[in-house]
Amino acid sequence: MIEISNSELQDVPVQKLPVEALINYTLNLADTSLILGHRNSEWTGHGPVLEQDIAISNIALDLIGQARNFYQYTAEVINKNQVAFDLPYVTGRAITEDDLAYLRDVLEFKNLLLVEQPNGDWGQTILRQFFFSAYQYLLYEQLQKSKDSQLAAIAEKSIKETTYHLRWSSEWVIRLGDGTEESHQRMLNALQEFWMFTGELFKPSAYEQVAAAMQIGVDVTTLKGAWMEKVTAVLEEAKLPLPTTPALQSGGKTGTHSEHLGFILAEMQFLQRAYPNSNW
Amino acid sequence: MNVLHQHNTQLPNPSFNVEEKKVWELLDQVYDPEVPVLSIVDLGIVRKVEIEGLVVTITITPTYSGCPAMDVISMNIRLHLLQNGITDIKIVQALSPAWTTDWMTEKGKQKLKAYGIAPPVGKSFDQQWMEDVQVECPNCRSNNTRLLSEFGSTSCKALFQCNDCKEPFDYFKCH
Repeated sequence: MIEISNSELQDVPVQKLPVEALINYTLNLADTSLILGHRNSEWTGHGPVLEQDIAISNIALDLIGQARNFYQYTAEVINKNQVAFDLPYVTGRAITEDDLAYLRDVLEFKNLLLVEQPNGDWGQTILRQFFFSAYQYLLYEQLQKSKDSQLAAIAEKSIKETTYHLRWSSEWVIRLGDGTEESHQRMLNALQEFWMFTGELFKPSAYEQVAAAMQIGVDVTTLKGAWMEKVTAVLEEAKLPLPTTPALQSGGKTGTHSEHLGFILAEMQFLQRAYPNSNW
Repeated sequence: MNVLHQHNTQLPNPSFNVEEKKVWELLDQVYDPEVPVLSIVDLGIVRKVEIEGLVVTITITPTYSGCPAMDVISMNIRLHLLQNGITDIKIVQALSPAWTTDWMTEKGKQKLKAYGIAPPVGKSFDQQWMEDVQVECPNCRSNNTRLLSEFGSTSCKALFQCNDCKEPFDYFKCH
C-alpha cells in the first residue's frame, strides 16, 4: 500500500492527490498490457507458422496476465480508499478487475497509442512488439524498485516474461530485416508505420510525473537512452535504417486515442455491455 | 496480495486441529492440471502454510502472470483439503518473490523427465541460460538437440527437437 510522509506530499500539486495518481498510473500500465495482449491474440489461429502462432499467443497471454495483476491492484486501491469511481452497471458492490477492463470507455483508457494500432502484416506486429518489449523491459527494471510494494512485485514477476518477449521479437526483427527483399521492404514499411508512436513512450503524463516524484512510478524520460541503444543495435544487425523523423504522435496516456481503440473495445466489451454483470 | 476466497463455514464437517506437516502432505497430492505428473509442491508454487486456530492459510505464487492453471489449482487445493476435513481455508496469492524454476524439487525434475518433458537446465539468475542452453532429449538422452520455438504448448514450456532420434519434445524452460 501507499505510504507517504508529509514532507514528500509538499512537492506534489494539491489537485493531484497521490491516490488518484496511483490509480491512473496503474491503469495506464494495465491498459497498455491489455490492449497489446488483445491485439496479439488476434493472431491466434492465423500465425504464419504453427510455432509462431503459439509464440505470439503465449506473449498475448503473458500480457493479459500482467494486465490482470495491475487491474486487480487498481480495484483494491479504489475499494480500500473508497474512491468515487464512476462505472456503468456497478452499484452497491466493490469494483473488480473485470469492471475496469470491460466498463470503461475510449476516453478513459490510458494505453499507449503504439499498442492499439492494427496488427498489419507479421513484420508490423513483430516491430511493434520489439519496440514495446524493449521499453517494457527497461520500465519493469526500474519499477521493481518502486516504493509501492505491489507495483514492485508485479514488475519483478513480469520482467522474466518480458525478457523472453524481447529476445524473441529482436530475433524476428533481425531475421525479417536481413531476410529476403520482400521481408526487408515490409520491415521498412513497418518502421514507417510505427516509428511515429515511439515518442509517447518517453513523454510522461501528469500522473506519471506525480508517480515518479513519489517514487512509486518510473520517470520514463530516463529510459530513452537505453531504449535507443537497444533499438539502434538491433536495427543495425537487421540492416534496417534508424528512422530520423520525429516521433510526435501522443495522447493515449490521457485518453486521446486513434480511431482504432473504439473498435477493439466494441469487440472486447460487447458481452458486458449487452448483458451487464453477467458471470461465468 | 489478493485473497481469493473467504472462509467457508457451510460444510457439515468442522475443521480439526491440523498439523502443518499434514497440510504439506495433502498439498503434495494436488497436481498441476497442465503437467499432471507434478504436484504443486514439486513445482515450487506453494510458498507458505500457516495455521491459526482452525484457519489454514496457504500462500501460492503464480508461475507465469497469465497462467490459466492458477484458478484451477486454487480450486483443486480447496477441494482436496475439504475432502480431508479441513474446512477453514484461505488461499492467498503472492507475486513476490517471483516464482522461479529453481524452486522445483529434484523429485519433480525426475518426474518431468520420466514423463517426457525435459526439466529446466541451469539456474534462473544466470542470464546465459537463454544463450547456450543444452537440453537433453528425454526420449533417447542425446544432447544433440535444437530449439524449435521459444514458446510451447503452455506458458512454461519451449519446443525442442532431437537431432538424433528426430523426436520433438517439450522443455520446461528456465524462468
